[in-house]
Amino acid sequence: MSGAAAGAALRVAGVTVALGGRDVLRGVDLRVDAGRFVGLVGPNGSGKSTLIRAAYRALRPRVGAVWIGGDDVWRIPARESARRSAVVAQHDTEAAGFTVAEVVAMGRTPHKGAFTADGPADREVCRLALRRVGLTGLAGRPVAALSGGERRRVAVARALAQQAPVLLLDEPTNHLDVRHQYDLLALVRSLGLTVLAALHDLDLAVQFCDEVYVLRDGTVAAAGPPARALDPAVVREVFGVDAHLVTHPVTGAPRLLLSAAGRQVERRTTVEPPGR
Amino acid sequence: MRPAGPAMPAPSTVGAGLPTGRGGLRFPLVMVVALGLLVTASIASLLVGAVSVPPGQVFGVIGGHLLPGAGPGEWSAVTDRIVWQYRLPRTLLAILVGAGLAVVGTVLQAVVRNPLADPFLLGASSGASFGAVLVIVSGTALGGALTLSGAAFLGALTAMALVYLLARTGGMLTPGRLVLAGVALAYLFQAGYAYVLQKADAARAAQAALFWLLGSLAGARWDTLALPAVVLAAGIGLLMLRWRMLNAVSVGEEFAVSLGVAAHRLRAQMFVVTSLLTGVLVAVTGAVAFVGLIVPHTARLLVGADHRRLLPVSAVLGAGFLQAVDIAARLLDAPQELPLSVVTAVFGVPFFLWLLRRRDADGVVS
Repeated sequence: MSGAAAGAALRVAGVTVALGGRDVLRGVDLRVDAGRFVGLVGPNGSGKSTLIRAAYRALRPRVGAVWIGGDDVWRIPARESARRSAVVAQHDTEAAGFTVAEVVAMGRTPHKGAFTADGPADREVCRLALRRVGLTGLAGRPVAALSGGERRRVAVARALAQQAPVLLLDEPTNHLDVRHQYDLLALVRSLGLTVLAALHDLDLAVQFCDEVYVLRDGTVAAAGPPARALDPAVVREVFGVDAHLVTHPVTGAPRLLLSAAGRQVERRTTVEPPGR
Repeated sequence: MRPAGPAMPAPSTVGAGLPTGRGGLRFPLVMVVALGLLVTASIASLLVGAVSVPPGQVFGVIGGHLLPGAGPGEWSAVTDRIVWQYRLPRTLLAILVGAGLAVVGTVLQAVVRNPLADPFLLGASSGASFGAVLVIVSGTALGGALTLSGAAFLGALTAMALVYLLARTGGMLTPGRLVLAGVALAYLFQAGYAYVLQKADAARAAQAALFWLLGSLAGARWDTLALPAVVLAAGIGLLMLRWRMLNAVSVGEEFAVSLGVAAHRLRAQMFVVTSLLTGVLVAVTGAVAFVGLIVPHTARLLVGADHRRLLPVSAVLGAGFLQAVDIAARLLDAPQELPLSVVTAVFGVPFFLWLLRRRDADGVVS
């Protein structure tokens, strides 16, 4: 397996993960080159979160390995792994009793030993991270007093304070309103990190990802640039809905329109008022 | 907090609603005030007792023992004995036990992510009592305090391991099961040592069972202090060095893993250390309820959830609280002494019910 990761910042090689005796992922291969934003889409239960969790050592693959920075993450110490990848999931929202500054400072955990306190350099890293996500003024606030969008940005700031080159996102836009979904993904894109993001919304994946992997029942059903990976035939087969890739009339960017399978023609004929 | 629905501030959440600037003067201020209360309570503890001794003589006796140059005072040998052999060790032991139980409660609440975690509620104290009682009735005198404390430690560790296994479902700790399993095991161990005591010496069984069940500092002597002092200093020191990891696991196990913390290993290590502290404390005082529950939450309200501040504040507050409780235990029914848990229950039970209600209101199950 050595050398498998050459050139890729993150590489998933033949990963099979079992949960409760069932293989939730089966022989998944995936690579993310440095600086790329790669999306992971699929229906509920297709294994998106499982793959992200396997990448940060929350789950151990039964077969195969996840390579980050040239090493199998299970063959390096947990701390070293946390210096190579940071995670933004729903976790930080549980940090209700902490202040924003305290949560961001937790990002320094993998860089500090038991006897080392946070020094001026650590505080500077945290200050810059908070500024990067636009939350400087909220440092002293309890996380419990923040909105959902703000909490997610706190999580990004904490991940930035971790100073890891790879960022793993597990459905980061869940429970956010539209504006905060766009803000968050635009923010993450602007960071210039290597990103692997499990996303729920196919249209968001088209807009923000350089590449997309489509998972179905724990295997990769399609992969490539969003327009190709989310081909109407693939979307129809994997998600059971009809997809149309269109060009945004104002921005010219590709967008994905979805509609219930097989309803389009029918709808057009029945909904339109009879000839006038 | 669950992120469901539109994000609403949760003012009732622990630590919420506090003004900013926790990092500034707040922590030193809280520490100074808490230390002031502890010193005041400790001095008061030296001055009260079944026999009235004038304050001047109390300090004279202590000064006479500590300062080699001081000559004998104008007080009797009995007075000397009361202050030096009984009151001072007792006062010091209250500090050790209060600080120890509060820190153990703080750490347990973080690693099992349950605001109701406490050595007493999780069955650790009863397990420790059971271990200690077994050693006492079997008449094993090997090593004295060391054997007693060792057995109490094993009892506490057994209880904790059982509660953990019973509360685990599919790799997750179910909060309700954790507390239910703890309470059930506490009853089991209490029944166990009550039976053993009854079999060994029926005449004094009730008295002994009461001590193990409800706790007392009346047994404090210089020779019972050494072991708890050493173990507590080392144990609390170790726990404080883990503040970063405790912060991470208190947020969530996978969150901790994503920060490079070996969450399972940390939890196992914390169970062993807290069992050791619980065992050593219970071996000298019996089980003291609610200190490990009330004090950490109070500390969290004062300085927030960051364990770097929370652990020292808990330790000092716990010491002061138990000191005050012990004074009350000696005064309220003088010349009889009340068991410690009788006094802590007056504060602890309403607090426990309030926590339960608040948990329901928040829907926080963590």
